[in-house]
Amino acid sequence: MPLLAKANQIDSVPRTPAWMLNLFWLALILACYPINRLLEANLNDYLYLVLTRICLNIVLATSLNLINGITGQFSLGHAGFMAVGAYTCGTFLQHYVGVGWNPIAAALLFVIVGGLLAAVAGLIVGVPALRLRGDYLAIATLGFGEIIYIVIRSTESIGPFKIGSAAGLDGIPKVTTFFWAATAAIITVVCVWRLAYSAKGKAFAAIREDEVAAAAMGINTTFYKVTAFVIGAFFAGVAGGLYGALDQTIDPEQFRFTRSIEIVALVVLGGTGSITGVVLAAIVLMILSEALRDLKGVTHVDLRLIVYALLLIITMLLRPQGLMGAKEIFRSRRKRNLSQPAPAA
Amino acid sequence: MLQFTQELIIGLSIGATYALLALGYTMVYGVLRLINFAHGEVYMVGAVSGFHFINLALRWHAPLALALTIAFVGSAIVCAILGFCIEFFAYRPLRGSPRLVILITAIGVSLLLQNVVNLNFIYGPTPRTFPAEVQKGLNTSIGIGGVYISRLIIIRFALSLSLMAVLTWIILRTRTGLALRAVSHRFDTAMLMGVNTNRVISVTFILGSVLASVAGVMDGLRYTITPLMGVTYGLKAFVAAVLGGIGSIPGALIGGLLIGITEEFARFYLPTQYTQYADAVAFVILIFILLLKPTGIMGSTAVEKV
Amino acid sequence: MPLLELQNVCVQFGGLRAVSDFNFTLDQGELVGLIGPNGAGKTTAFNVTTGVYRPSAGTVRLAGQSIAGQKTFKINRAGIARTFQNVRLFANMSVLDNVLVGFNKSLTQSLTSTILRAPIHQREDRQFEDQAIELLQTMNLADKAYAAAGSLPYGDQRRLEIARALATRPKILLLDEPAAGMNPREKAELMQLIRFIRDQFQVGIWLIEHDMKLVMTICERITVLDHGEIIAVGTPAKVQSDPAVIEAYLGEPA
Repeated sequence: MPLLAKANQIDSVPRTPAWMLNLFWLALILACYPINRLLEANLNDYLYLVLTRICLNIVLATSLNLINGITGQFSLGHAGFMAVGAYTCGTFLQHYVGVGWNPIAAALLFVIVGGLLAAVAGLIVGVPALRLRGDYLAIATLGFGEIIYIVIRSTESIGPFKIGSAAGLDGIPKVTTFFWAATAAIITVVCVWRLAYSAKGKAFAAIREDEVAAAAMGINTTFYKVTAFVIGAFFAGVAGGLYGALDQTIDPEQFRFTRSIEIVALVVLGGTGSITGVVLAAIVLMILSEALRDLKGVTHVDLRLIVYALLLIITMLLRPQGLMGAKEIFRSRRKRNLSQPAPAA
Repeated sequence: MLQFTQELIIGLSIGATYALLALGYTMVYGVLRLINFAHGEVYMVGAVSGFHFINLALRWHAPLALALTIAFVGSAIVCAILGFCIEFFAYRPLRGSPRLVILITAIGVSLLLQNVVNLNFIYGPTPRTFPAEVQKGLNTSIGIGGVYISRLIIIRFALSLSLMAVLTWIILRTRTGLALRAVSHRFDTAMLMGVNTNRVISVTFILGSVLASVAGVMDGLRYTITPLMGVTYGLKAFVAAVLGGIGSIPGALIGGLLIGITEEFARFYLPTQYTQYADAVAFVILIFILLLKPTGIMGSTAVEKV
Repeated sequence: MPLLELQNVCVQFGGLRAVSDFNFTLDQGELVGLIGPNGAGKTTAFNVTTGVYRPSAGTVRLAGQSIAGQKTFKINRAGIARTFQNVRLFANMSVLDNVLVGFNKSLTQSLTSTILRAPIHQREDRQFEDQAIELLQTMNLADKAYAAAGSLPYGDQRRLEIARALATRPKILLLDEPAAGMNPREKAELMQLIRFIRDQFQVGIWLIEHDMKLVMTICERITVLDHGEIIAVGTPAKVQSDPAVIEAYLGEPA
């Protein structure tokens, strides 16, 4: 049902078919497995760990980018979602591997379960997001994060599952490898990219740009805002679960506002809305913070968060749109040649 | 009933410090429509500098009352300067930017302050308390009809109330206060009418920071001091400001007292194994107000123009 | 039964009556104007029709169905699209993407198939991109399809807003001061465009405008609003000679 009776001939460009793209990403994920073996064999433990952490950082930053950058719902509670995933996955993993489950299969299951529970938390947070804007939303999500923190800190166990209150949860089986983390990173980036750059997903950015106008154009703003929170929280939960299964120990302090702000910093510095920019920021800042950790031996003070804070302030003063703004480093959208004259209007 | 009165008094005294801090949030929001995220950190710096001042004074063998005065005045001066600098260097260059840009800057400032205080040669991450002799001097109680009130609580009340009285006087009776009211009523018009808005904003930050420093020292007398103490506490005070209706000065007072009482009652009346959850009460309140009546008790409604 | 019908609609903000006892009808293919001095309540009438405000009394019906107080996006889906007095484009998105947002409700794919790049996703995305480009071509904006909407000249932004509204396939199109800020040549083109849209897209157009020449030339009927109340209704000629209208615009005769 064309909108107009007679349309102009439109210049068309060939596109890569979808199945080919899907196959490519699948192949890339599978390729991470031998790469992982290679890295394990040739890299020292420290560098291997840093690489794995970079991947998890990408998951966290990209998932928050969907909420903060693309949909424009400034959230300060990402560490809370991460905590839900980390504790769900951690406690189940510890319990069921203890009774003889296969660690790999159990981890796969519980990482996803952790993500799903975090998504439920995202749903609960997303609902107030419908009524709040800007700084109020930021404070409300911060409040949610604090509630999650206080609940975890005050709970010793739920049924047979240990939470560990303030002391934290340890003895989580070590499952996360570079392969797991890289897979999570690829899936997150591809998902968020496809959402952001599809016709349907344009609604997310429209809400960021002007919520009133988006609603007037028939966008169900409620649905998209909550969806952004749910998807973002899911991936944050997955990252949390993988973190727990990497460090083998988690404690409530790890998932407090400072963590949320660190993730926000990645999004803000990379460029709110730019997926590649945020991925780049996640990589660069991870390397930077490792370098600062090494520097601690010289300066005897932890400069890491001071540098983060200064970076945030200076970025806001000099380049508030972040490194990349809303642009991507590369994007394969083929522009059509549309300069032919239009019919008389 | 006695128990109830006792808890009520404790709750009110906690609420009084929340109210002092909430006033800072509400005044800044009034003139700039900005949530000064770093306000909790000003409070923390107040507590930390109070700690340093009192130790310094005691090392010179100052009597307790004098040491306390030095701590209060000294930290008020430190915080006034800090508040002025935060506004001047971080917020002023961004005047007119989108609110989120300023909010992110405020988060940056707050992270910076936490981690600067976290440095060992400034304070360090270890939680510390005020010297034992100060605590001992203040914890002696006075009994009135079966209700016991410590000297600390009396000081908290007296200081909070007199500071609020002074603030009310400044706002209602001085030229600066008039300018402040004009700016929070309508920023642009006040500027066109010749009000020096920059001066008014600086004064607002200084006043707010002085109140925060007093709250900080008072809490330092009671709790342990850490570089992160300002976050939770600042957030709760912000909840108080929102509960009362952000931008409203009497609202901040009411909100602060209500949060203090609710928290204390939750702490006291919840079964022992749940006491720790009392900390979450303020945040639950926050989410409920934001959902049900975001303008708070004393706030007015505003409709977005389309 | 008229396509759009407002009956005795009142909008009240606290003690202030922005619009009271507002009656109005609009049919497919009609071109009707709404004029009145600043602050008369014209945009409020639009806002109450599109669900931004809920009427404190009265009914709003679209094709016989009550839509009063429904959510904005539902009213748009039912067939009412609008532009805004102070252009509200998605400024950082491209011109093409702005129009694509308008097509959102026509997309049948789920977000899951979007993520999985299911065949329906590719087919639809392609199909609607073509349609968006066609629409831009009719609005003379196709050569700027990949530019950021916020970077367009003002006149183009106004036209893009109309294109975006049309992408939602409305039955009724509300234009809030479409000629504001345009030069005489652009205004002349706009008049042609509005008529063209009415004929080509088979919509009823309701128009707020301060430019009297434009309103009097293209509108078949005009409603005049002052202090939230209708003071005159009728053909341009009739409204122009109405003493109440002259008084509202020029003040009381000496």
